[in-house]
Amino acid sequence: MRNFSIVFAVISGLLLSSVSYADVLQVKGSDTLINLVQRIAEEYMKVNPDKMVSVTGGGSGTGIAALINKKCDLANASRLMRGKEIELANSRGASPVRVVVALDSLSIIVNPNNPIAVLTVDQVGKIYKGEIKNWKEVGGENMPISLYGRQSNSGTYDFMIEDIMKGDYSPSMRQMNGNAQIVEGIKSDPSAVGYVGVGYAKNAQGIKVLKIASKAGAKAYDPLDTVNVRNGNYPITRPLNQYVEGSLTGAAKDFVAFELSPAGQKIVEEEGFFEISQEYKDFNKNAGL
Amino acid sequence: MFRLKEKIIRTAFLINGVLVIMILAGIFLLLVLNAMPTFKEVPWKEFLTGKNWNPSSDYNPGYGIVSMIVSTFMVTLGSLVLAVPIGIGTAAYLSDVASPKVREIAKPVVEILAGIPSVVIGFLGIVMVGPFIAKMTGTYSGLNALNGSVLLAVMALPTIVSLCEDALANVPKSFQEASLALGASHWQTLVKVKLQAASSGIIAACMLGMGRAIGETMTVLMATGNAPAFPSGFLNSVRPMTSTIAIELGEVPYFTTHYHALFAVGLVLFLITFVINMIADIVLHRYESKLR
Repeated sequence: MRNFSIVFAVISGLLLSSVSYADVLQVKGSDTLINLVQRIAEEYMKVNPDKMVSVTGGGSGTGIAALINKKCDLANASRLMRGKEIELANSRGASPVRVVVALDSLSIIVNPNNPIAVLTVDQVGKIYKGEIKNWKEVGGENMPISLYGRQSNSGTYDFMIEDIMKGDYSPSMRQMNGNAQIVEGIKSDPSAVGYVGVGYAKNAQGIKVLKIASKAGAKAYDPLDTVNVRNGNYPITRPLNQYVEGSLTGAAKDFVAFELSPAGQKIVEEEGFFEISQEYKDFNKNAGL
Repeated sequence: MFRLKEKIIRTAFLINGVLVIMILAGIFLLLVLNAMPTFKEVPWKEFLTGKNWNPSSDYNPGYGIVSMIVSTFMVTLGSLVLAVPIGIGTAAYLSDVASPKVREIAKPVVEILAGIPSVVIGFLGIVMVGPFIAKMTGTYSGLNALNGSVLLAVMALPTIVSLCEDALANVPKSFQEASLALGASHWQTLVKVKLQAASSGIIAACMLGMGRAIGETMTVLMATGNAPAFPSGFLNSVRPMTSTIAIELGEVPYFTTHYHALFAVGLVLFLITFVINMIADIVLHRYESKLR
């Protein structure tokens, strides 16, 4: 009898967990977005105790692949979906819709012992392409540059290729597993340069955030400077996105609406990113919000 | 009744044996089937001789795996250079020098080393071995092939020590007694008789240690820096085959050329470890029949 009740408890437990599992909103993707979306999810679940949101990382590519492979409900992406990915999704009868949830000013960081303080966008691109190999070529010490970047599943990795470098990375770049590892690597490497989402640059100790100028001779701006990021003076800003399959409905719509609400956008600012501009608020209306 | 029981037990063991072989065959088949579509788009020659691996590039895509094969062998052979002398030395100490009491404690301790999770070893590589290497060599970062070699040496040691010690312990007592009776010293007996007699067992132990090192993923992923460039030395960052698969398989859309190419890399890795283990097995058998 006792055995029977244990078996019964186990079976009913399994049933319950499988039922509630179906109600969990699965969010997956960008490593830049993960801390932010996790915090928003926590707040969201506090306000809505009956809702469950699970947020995991892996990189934008991982999230988008998961969305195409129907393994998640929302994909966090710090880049846009590629043509090939959209084709692939369409060929499987899916049509992903994009929502912008936050703005990021991509930060270029170096070791605090490096005297360099300013770079132009063009210089950053050439450094990552391997065309500039020594800090003295950009006015620094005579010291080879060691590149730290992300792995190819990262949206930031792609953003750099498409918007900054317009070419491939130097194959000597160390491909680190996430923003935090780049920060760690740069702390101990005086010759290093790296790129991280502003949320990771804001509170990190032991690194120096560079000012970036849009072109040679132009004024350089700091990615931590809210005013100049908002008005577009800081040259490397980008929208942080979420993709949803088909159209926003049900649990996903409810969660995204919370992200875009004043409460959600306040968390965006607290995590070091920037509230979305009017332009993107209008854009989000296309997704049915 | 007894007959029936015997029959059932026999069949059960047969099923177990067949199952293991079928799992191996199944894995191999899965790798081959998933890898084959790669070569509809990428020629064999480019795959096996190209140095540019950059499948997701819009500018200069490439599917050459030479850089990662070289990286894998650099890290693995580097680890053997470190682990084999230390491993054989430790085994000789345990079997011939240490008192039975010391051996009873020391051998299990060495074997516990095998139980340390690879992610822990990788972590040590990032926070301890890497900075140490950077300091000693005067380079800026210790995330390189040398770091990977040191860590893999630590991971291969328990296999090498344990199997070498077994090989030395299996040398018939008469060999040792004959040598000592002829007036050879303990040292001469150990080096010229016992190590010689156990040589194929020792070689097999090293091969199995190598098999352990070559397939290791987490440690090299964390400690070697993952730069896909063709390595030009042990102080360069490298990206072995295992790391490439681990990094890229998560992001790749299913059933694309890139997806299949990763299986092809896995197939190459499987074949390399298979050959190494097979050689180790053949050497071991030769050694067993020699002593009989």
